[in-house]
Order: sequence, then C-alpha cells, then structure tokens
Amino acid sequence: MAEPQPPEHRRSREEILSAIRSHQPPGTELPTLEHQWITYVDRPAQFAKVLTEIGGQWVRVPDAAAAHSALGEIPAYREAKQIISRVLGIGNSNVDLTNISDPHALEPIDFAVLSGEFGVAENAAIWVTDRNLPLRALYFIVQHLALVLPAGEIVDNMHQAYERLKFNRAEFGAFIAGPSKTADIEQSLVIGAHGSRSLTVFCVG
Amino acid sequence: MPLVALFIPCYIDQLYPQVGLATCELLKRLDVTFEFPVEQTCCGQPMANTGCTEDARPLAEKFLRIFKDFEYVVAPSGSCVAMVRQHYDEYFHGRPEYADFQKLKAKTFELCEFLTDVLHVEKLQGQFPYRVGLHQSCHGLRELRLASDTELVGKSYNKVRSLLEMIEGVQIVQLQRPDECCGFGGTFAVNEEAVSCMMGEDRIYDHEQAGTQVLTANDMSCLMHLEGLIRRQKKPMRVMHIAEILAGGDV
Amino acid sequence: MNHATLAAEFVRNRPRAHWHDTALWFVRAKRDKAVHSLPEWETLRETASAIKLHTISHLAEYLEQFERQATALGATVHWACDAAEHNQIVLDILRQHGVKKLVKSKSMLTEECHLNPYLERHGIEVTDTDLGERIVQLDRKPPSHIVMPAIHMKKEEIGELFHKHLQSAAGATDPQYLAEVARQHLRHKFMEADAGLTGVNFAVAETGGFVVCTNEGNADLGVSLPKLHIACMGIEKLIPRAKDLGVFLRLLARSATGQPITAYSSHFHGPRLGGELHIVIVDNGRSQLLASGEFRGSLKCIRCGACMNTCPVYRRSGGHSYENTVPGPIGSILAPARDPQHYYSLPYACSLCGSCTDVCPVKIDIHHQLLTWRRELAVHGHLPWTKRFSMKLASIVLRTTWLYGLMGNMGRWALRNFPRWLVYNRLNAWGRQRELPPAPRRSFRQLYQEHYGRTTTAGTSPQPGGNSVGDSQSSTSRH
Repeated sequence: MAEPQPPEHRRSREEILSAIRSHQPPGTELPTLEHQWITYVDRPAQFAKVLTEIGGQWVRVPDAAAAHSALGEIPAYREAKQIISRVLGIGNSNVDLTNISDPHALEPIDFAVLSGEFGVAENAAIWVTDRNLPLRALYFIVQHLALVLPAGEIVDNMHQAYERLKFNRAEFGAFIAGPSKTADIEQSLVIGAHGSRSLTVFCVG
Repeated sequence: MPLVALFIPCYIDQLYPQVGLATCELLKRLDVTFEFPVEQTCCGQPMANTGCTEDARPLAEKFLRIFKDFEYVVAPSGSCVAMVRQHYDEYFHGRPEYADFQKLKAKTFELCEFLTDVLHVEKLQGQFPYRVGLHQSCHGLRELRLASDTELVGKSYNKVRSLLEMIEGVQIVQLQRPDECCGFGGTFAVNEEAVSCMMGEDRIYDHEQAGTQVLTANDMSCLMHLEGLIRRQKKPMRVMHIAEILAGGDV
Repeated sequence: MNHATLAAEFVRNRPRAHWHDTALWFVRAKRDKAVHSLPEWETLRETASAIKLHTISHLAEYLEQFERQATALGATVHWACDAAEHNQIVLDILRQHGVKKLVKSKSMLTEECHLNPYLERHGIEVTDTDLGERIVQLDRKPPSHIVMPAIHMKKEEIGELFHKHLQSAAGATDPQYLAEVARQHLRHKFMEADAGLTGVNFAVAETGGFVVCTNEGNADLGVSLPKLHIACMGIEKLIPRAKDLGVFLRLLARSATGQPITAYSSHFHGPRLGGELHIVIVDNGRSQLLASGEFRGSLKCIRCGACMNTCPVYRRSGGHSYENTVPGPIGSILAPARDPQHYYSLPYACSLCGSCTDVCPVKIDIHHQLLTWRRELAVHGHLPWTKRFSMKLASIVLRTTWLYGLMGNMGRWALRNFPRWLVYNRLNAWGRQRELPPAPRRSFRQLYQEHYGRTTTAGTSPQPGGNSVGDSQSSTSRH
C-alpha cells in the first residue's frame, strides 16, 4: 500500500464532499432491477449468433477431446510457435507459465487456450478472472485467444450475469466479447487492434 | 358539436393564409363549429427559444386570456402547440391562472391530433393522386408524439400519416431518414444559417431520391424553410401544408 | 469563437461535411438496429436514469463508501478539486515511481484537464493508446468526438500522418494496414511503459471497484504490464451496486456504436499482485452542476456519444466547431456551465429537434436543457444586444394586436414592392441561400373576415353555435 496522501489533498476531499453535501438534491429511490428481462429459448444458439456477428469463432463440441481436435484445425493454432494452454486436455502448451513472473515475457505468445467462467447469451461476452491466471496480461497480449466455455454455463442476460458475480476480494475480472477491434479509421472495422487478433470460443457439452 | 377556437400561428396568418383557410375548410367538412378569435397574434416561441422568456411571458398571458373559455383550441402547427403544452408552464407556475392554464393545456391540440384523438376521424373525402413526401416536423414528433420516432423502442404509429392515407391516390414515399430535422429550428435558421441550409438541402435530396412530387408536413415553418431552398434552386417539387391536402386541395 | 462561424467553415467544404454526416449517421443507424432488438430498451433507460438520479442524490455517501471499499482492496484514493490539482496528483505519483513513460487509454476527464501537455512539460512521455486518440495525438489536435476521436479525419490523412510519424508506406490508406502499423507501434509503447493510466466508465460504491470499457484492449494492456495503474474519474462516474452494471453495460455500447457490448469490459478491484493502484476522484466544476436544479440531470451522462451521432448539427459541423472536450449536445450543456461567456453560442447550435433526448440512454432531457441554457444566458446578459433588442421589439409588436396587423401589412407590402436587391441584402441571412416566403396581399385574418364573416374577440364569452360555420355542406363523416 502506498503512503497516505499529503494534507492538502485531504483538504480537497473535505472540500469536495462538503460542496456535494450542500448541493445534494432530495433523495430519490434506487430501483430494484426487477423486470422480465430478455431470455432466449436456445442460449448457446443466441450466443453463437452474436459471437459470429462481433467477429468471433464459435465451435460447439461434445467434450474436451473433440475441442482438442477442432483446435488442431485452426490455422492460427497450427502456425503458432509459442502456445499456452490452461485448460486440461485442450491444446499442447510449449511454454511453461510457472516460470514466468514478468507479464512482459508473455509478448511472444502466439496462442493461448484459457477457460471462461460463464457466457452471456445476449452479447456473447465471457467472464474471465485472474484467480487462476495471476498474469492477467495474457488475456490481452496473446496474438490469438481461445476460451473454453461449458455449454451449461451460459446465462441469458447481463442481469443474470451480475447475480452470479461476487466482488468481495481484490481480483480482476473482465467480460471479453469477441476479438479486439477498432473502427477508428473512417469507421472501417478492423479486427485485431491491440489485443487478440482472433477469439475462438469452444463451447463444450 | 365542439366549439373550436382556431389558433393560427402568426407566420401562417401573414404569409400562408391559404393554410389557415384550408384548416377552416377541413373543420367545416367535419362539421366542426369553430371561430377565429382575432385578438391572437403569436405564441411567443421565437422569444422563448432565443432565451428571452420575459419577452415571451406577456404573449403566453395573452394566449391564455384569449383562449381559456373555448372548449378546444386547434392549430395547424405542432410547434406552436408544443410551445403551449410543453413550455408555458413556467409562465403560470405558482400563479392564480395556473389552474386555468392546466385546463387550456389539456384542450389545446395540433390539427392532425385533434382529428385523430378528439374527432376520431376514420374517413376523409378527397383525391390527391401524387407521390407525397411526408416531413415529420420535430416538435409534432418528439414533443407532441404525433408519431413514433426512429429513436425510441415501442409500438409504431403515425397519426399524421394515417390521415394522409385516407385521401385517395396518395402514395407516401419511402425516405432514407424518415424523421431527420429539416434545419429550420426557428431563429436557428438564421443564427446557424450554413448548417440550417445544409440540413434542408439534405432533406430535399432524400425526398428527390424517393420521388416526392409534393412535400408536406404539419408545420408550415419547416416547409417555409424547405420551400425557400427549393425555389432558390428551382427544383420541381411542390410544397403544401397537410391541411391543404386533407381539405381536398389540389396542387 | 462562435459555433456558427466555425460550423459555416466546416459546411463550406460540402463533400467533406456530407462525408462526416454519413459516417456518423451510419453509427446512429447501427445504434437503432441494436436497440430495437431489445424489447426492454425503454425500461433499461428508465432504470438507468433512476439509478443515476438516486446516486446523485446520495453522492457524498456513495463517494465515501467507494473510497472505503477501494482502500480496503488496497487502492489509494486521491481527491482533486480542479484540473490543476488532478494534474499535480498524477505527476506526483508518477515522480514517486520514477516514471518516464506513460501509456494512457481514453479518458475524457484527462482531456478536460489537459493532462497530456502538462505531463509532457514535466518531462513525461505520454502515449495515448486508443487508436483514434493516438491519431489525433500525432496530429496535435483534440479529439472531435468522445467515442470516435478521429472521426473527422480521412484515411488518406491518417495514412500521411502515419507515414510521417510511424514510417508506414507512403500513400498507404488501407485501414487494415494502417491499424496494423499502429498495433506494432503501440505494442512497443506498451512494452516499455513504466505506468498505465485509464479513465473510469463506472465506479461501484458497494465494492470499491471500477469498470473500464474498450474495444481495442488498450486499457488492459496498458495496466497489466507495468506495476503502476492510475485511474482518473469524475465524481459522477459512481453507481451504487455491482448489479447496476448490468443495466449500464447493456446501454453503453449499444448506444455508442451499436455493439451489444464492448470487446473488453474490465472490472478492477484493487491493484494487481505486486502492483499499485491509484484512483483520482475529480470534481472540476461538477459539484456546481449538482447545485443547479436545471442542469443537474446532465451529471447522469455516461459519455456514450449517442447524442453526437444523432445530432444533425454535430454531424454537419464537426466536433471541433464546439471547441470543447465534450462536443455536441451534451457538451453544449456542460461547456457553458464552466464558462458561459466563452461558450454562449453552444446552446444555440441546436435546432431543438429533440433527437438527442430520445437516444440518450440515461434520459437526459438534453434539448430542454439547451433551451434552459438559452434562458440562463439571456438572464445573465450573455446574449448579443442585437438578439435581445430584436426579441424585445418583436414582443412589443406581438403584444398589441393592431400593431401586429399593421406591421404585418407593411412587411408584406415591402416584400412585394421593394426591389430584390433591397430585400436580399447582405444582412438578410435567410435570403442568402433561400427565397423568402411569398407575401400575399391579404393575411389570413383579412380573408377569414371575408369568408366567414363574424369573428370573436377575447373577453366576450363565446356562444356555442353562435358563429357556426359548420353547416350541412359537409361531405365527410365523423365517427
């Protein structure tokens, strides 16, 4: 933890809070968020549809073995020189993550197979954390990313997603939806901005 | 039969009397008893929209004085009605006339709205064998909600269009941007003349591409701006207020 | 400078103004498609608005709760009253850590505080890592849009810029190629940065965490490699509960670009292992906005940019014509709150069409606030005297019916009889590109008198049926 703030900044804290207190309007209710939010008859199908629209690849497989062989068909994986897999039975790691403590060392990784906790059908987002992957930079720095998602772990919408999430400790988590992209040059969509150039989702089960 | 006070916006009174007459003709055809209280001038919108609310206030007071005793107030303008309904509150708030104003507000209608919601008109006589481009004037659309707009999610409806479709022969064209602003915007038209005119040209282009022969709207102010551009550029497009078409008029 | 003047300059290059308009309309259309696929869209907007209003009405408590929770997670929270203090705090942190190179993801707050030039003056190399931000940084211009900072630039211009600064091939204009050049260039910057700075999209009081949304992954790369992460947020970024994120993340990207969600929505709770996290909470005039019943609602803004994309004026005048970090409709509310004299023309850069209000995901009544601003500006004497005078005059004429009638008759006579050169004079802004309306001989009230005879004057109570003109000639039926 860093040293405490110098006293002049503490004064600013009091100044801001008292300015807010003196201007604060009368209190209003906080909504409950109870509503019949959208649901989907076939969540994996909806997820797959959206994922494809946002530039991701969808691979539906019955089990890890099938995922492993489907992975072998992906050109980016076949051409990858440095590979990390953190999912049992899917992909062949040739880089040992346990020897790496500086995230900068992850820069040359071509392909990573990582697990997603759950998916959201409405927007094809997958929740990932640094709980089992302390070097969270891997999610973003790798050239090509594959996330493994259990088919039973797809919720309908973001409200259901947040019902699952508990933020009660220092932890990083992110929704990843599709590969990295930009449209900053004349609104032309370019896949592969700074993060992964591709995202393959293996939906298992 | 309801007794309707005609509220004819000042610029229609002065510059487009035929629109006022068409409104009369239309109401007459619908058996509506109406009057034109001659003391009326302007709702005060130009001042209010410039920010000079104190200059608009006496006009709001005048409006209330003139119109408060009628059963209905009807105007062939969405914008002026929106001024009364959405923006007059601040002039009467906390004043003895407030109750009177609330009553007036509830009985002040834009023409198409009056036909749809009060008279429940389902049929109109008339022939208008032209490709008609319907300009959705913003204040009618987004202040009075005369139609659903493309921004909001919900049931789709259009009171203005439905009336137009009752006239035989009317073919309403399909626009690329069905409810974009024409760029009139009151004093905006002269304050931001360059942007205003470009907006107007873009609307006209959309209508040209869609094959509009007659461009119509329920606000003559939008049409005044668009017609100004059309006439300057000598384009073969006719501009008519919707009352003129609904009253059985021809080009 | 006046918005109208800068806008006129932009519009003068008509093909370019059209190109700009089309690019933004394309985004608006994508937004429409995305939101119309969600039947609960309006409920989401209502809910988001209510959450934000509630937060604003308990802001001090939520800020304290956020600070407590964030500190418990191991972050250090700083408070800055204004831009100068914010910049000072950031510089102090950087100096304490001996930082020479900083990578930044998009933060409109740091733009507002002019952090980059400040840090550069103090010897820190700052690299904006959002592609659009990097483009305008290389071009030494401010962003023209808060979500698409380089939306005003053509690919040819970007190609030239990259050729000059990043040694890309001369004459290259392919977005794919140019983005790849930027990727290589910025990877290098990420690798050598000593610290990463991000903005904050949402800060959660309940958990002490915050969320940063990007499509490029630049925020995450920027703060996952170096050990130091600084996050800068305005006091209005707060929401009460983690589950409120469900509402806001559903609204944000759909409103901004028409995507169902941004590619990365990163939730930061505390520093990463072995790292440090500093959160700078900034007021910079926001608490003043809170004081104003009229403009308080603008604090609900989540900076999605939807109001810009839909604004027919913004699309045709370009973001730089607003000369404010946040341009467009919402910027035209925020800017005069800081400096009414300087930004007085912005609330008038609006045709009051109301489209911004209807696309706003948190239901800020933007166009009504702009109208309210006009009143404020008039009351506080920021209007040019010509405007005030003409409105006063008009009011006097319109108050008096006979005077109005007289002036109307005279005006129409003049329009009919004056020579064209006199009517279409230099001061006639209407007539520059438009014909004036026809000036009929007689006004409606005169014609009405002829056609329908008697009229009513105010004061005399109307007699139902007394002046009936609705006789049996009616040829239509009423139901």
